[in-house]
Amino acid sequence: MQHFLYVLRENPITVIAFSLFALIVFAALFGPLLAPYDPLASNPARALQPPSWDHWFGTDQLGRDVFSRVLVATRLDLTIAVAAVTISFAIGSVVGTLAGYYGGLLDQAVGRVTDTIMAFPLFVLAMGIVAAMGNTVENIVYATAIINLPFYIRVARAEVSVRRHAGFVEAARLAGNSDARLLAMHLFPNILPPMMVQVSLNMGWAILNAAGLSFIGLGVRPPTPEWGIMVAEGATFIISGEWWLALFPGAALMLAVFAFNLLGDGLRDLIDPRRRT
Amino acid sequence: MAERSRLELIGRRLLSAVPSVFGVVLVTFVLTRALPGDPAVYFAGMMADEASIAEVRQRLGLDRSWVEQFFAYVWNLLQGDLGRSLMTGRPVLTELAERLPASLELTFVALLFAIGVAVPLGVLAATRPDSWVDHLCRVVVTAGVSLPTFFTGLFLVYIFYFLLGWSPSPLGRLDFLYFPPPHVTGFYTIDSLLAGDFETFRAALNQLALPALTLGLFSLAPIARMTRASMLQTLSADFVRTARAMGLAGSTVLWTYAFRNALLPVITTLGMVFSFMLGANVLVERVFSWPGVGSFAVDALVASDYAAVQGFVLTMALLFVLVNLTIDIIYTLIDPRVGVEG
Repeated sequence: MQHFLYVLRENPITVIAFSLFALIVFAALFGPLLAPYDPLASNPARALQPPSWDHWFGTDQLGRDVFSRVLVATRLDLTIAVAAVTISFAIGSVVGTLAGYYGGLLDQAVGRVTDTIMAFPLFVLAMGIVAAMGNTVENIVYATAIINLPFYIRVARAEVSVRRHAGFVEAARLAGNSDARLLAMHLFPNILPPMMVQVSLNMGWAILNAAGLSFIGLGVRPPTPEWGIMVAEGATFIISGEWWLALFPGAALMLAVFAFNLLGDGLRDLIDPRRRT
Repeated sequence: MAERSRLELIGRRLLSAVPSVFGVVLVTFVLTRALPGDPAVYFAGMMADEASIAEVRQRLGLDRSWVEQFFAYVWNLLQGDLGRSLMTGRPVLTELAERLPASLELTFVALLFAIGVAVPLGVLAATRPDSWVDHLCRVVVTAGVSLPTFFTGLFLVYIFYFLLGWSPSPLGRLDFLYFPPPHVTGFYTIDSLLAGDFETFRAALNQLALPALTLGLFSLAPIARMTRASMLQTLSADFVRTARAMGLAGSTVLWTYAFRNALLPVITTLGMVFSFMLGANVLVERVFSWPGVGSFAVDALVASDYAAVQGFVLTMALLFVLVNLTIDIIYTLIDPRVGVEG
């Protein structure tokens, strides 16, 4: 805890990151309650109005309040990213740990699979997966999880394989612990810190990826408020000068990704001060 | 001796690409078979009865085992048959080949721009730690990875097209006032220069500027970060200190000793950057109505034109394998250490 406070004092940027993160989580939890307007209610009389006191972020082509829509969208965007990252984390840490611990054929097979995934441009692979499995929000989650999987497997595998003959592991083994117990109780807690850094750095990327997919018309469908779709819908109006339709959801997206990236860097400093860049 | 082992190494690199290619083909095959619903029903059309569905199934080879189907798929690929696009009714290969130059032109110009800005930025940041250049570099690196490409693109359009009026409307590769230059390479800028048509060259360049800038800004961050890190590392190495102690000129130490050694990891990073760019291309093409393979794939996705999407995924993956291979080979050629001790 002392160390945590010290890192925060030393690095004010991490403080910003933590506050941004808190803001995003807050918006995701309470956004629908706080939104001043119904994000789906259209009002043709007030279409395409620039930002004002009534509508902080202006209104869109159907007269819907952009601020409410951006706020409400936080939950969906965050849920997709969190779900995808959770799946990659769960599968990646189990598979990576086993591959790093047992080595041999299993390790080679896992290595082949990750290499094959990495041989694709990842966003393009996600598009292909969604196309094959069907255009739904769940499949966006699965596609994002699959393309992130190699990173988790590699981190888990590397961290376990350097520790598998460490003194504390040998001691635990001699004390009669089973392999399963060794992996779950002794090795896994030790690889958790680098995995958490990976999670945080990856979260921003998962958000970007999911928003990119919905920007090209996959997954979430209008009129559901979602940042990627809102930018896509606002794109048509940029050319005629109605900038607020695309700017605010885009800025929200950017801020969320930015917060997670900063947080990841901050966590890395906290956990491993030597690896600072 | 060294030359022979180097050739051998290149040969080994080429061979090592075989499993990747096999994996890529296998994954695309699985994706094709994972279509929701029965493809035979889909292709037979709305009015099909049992008999005609069975006939379509037989014609498409769907009644055979998966292994047989896989070999048939590979056999078709070897003959350049990627299937037919439902949207246009033409072979997918023709469609992709027609659009690939547009995408490649965009990607290459963006990559050149990114390297041209990121490498000097990284070098400057590494030679002057904690100066304003270093801070600028850090801001660019952090912002660069957080910016959604489609958002940057739209914003550039707003500033340079709507507010300033400097760029042409973001619709395609060439304003409708101009005719595309005679087809040689498919790159409008090069083709128009070859034809000696400078006006078309300028028009093509104007259209290209914003999308290339968008894509370039996106790929700036990883290159700058890697250049900075690797320059910092070589600058603190013993051989640089020795060179300094011997009284060599500052610029000689910087460029000949440090920079040339720092370049190797940067070249490796380019492979990863290229992968990101092939993905981001899809989004940028969408924003600028760029008639490349990405736009085609998005249209195909929306229209559930599976053959076209799978063809696109396969082409991009093979392109990426090819790029990585090229980078590996360049690496083998320029790194004097490779092949000497082996």
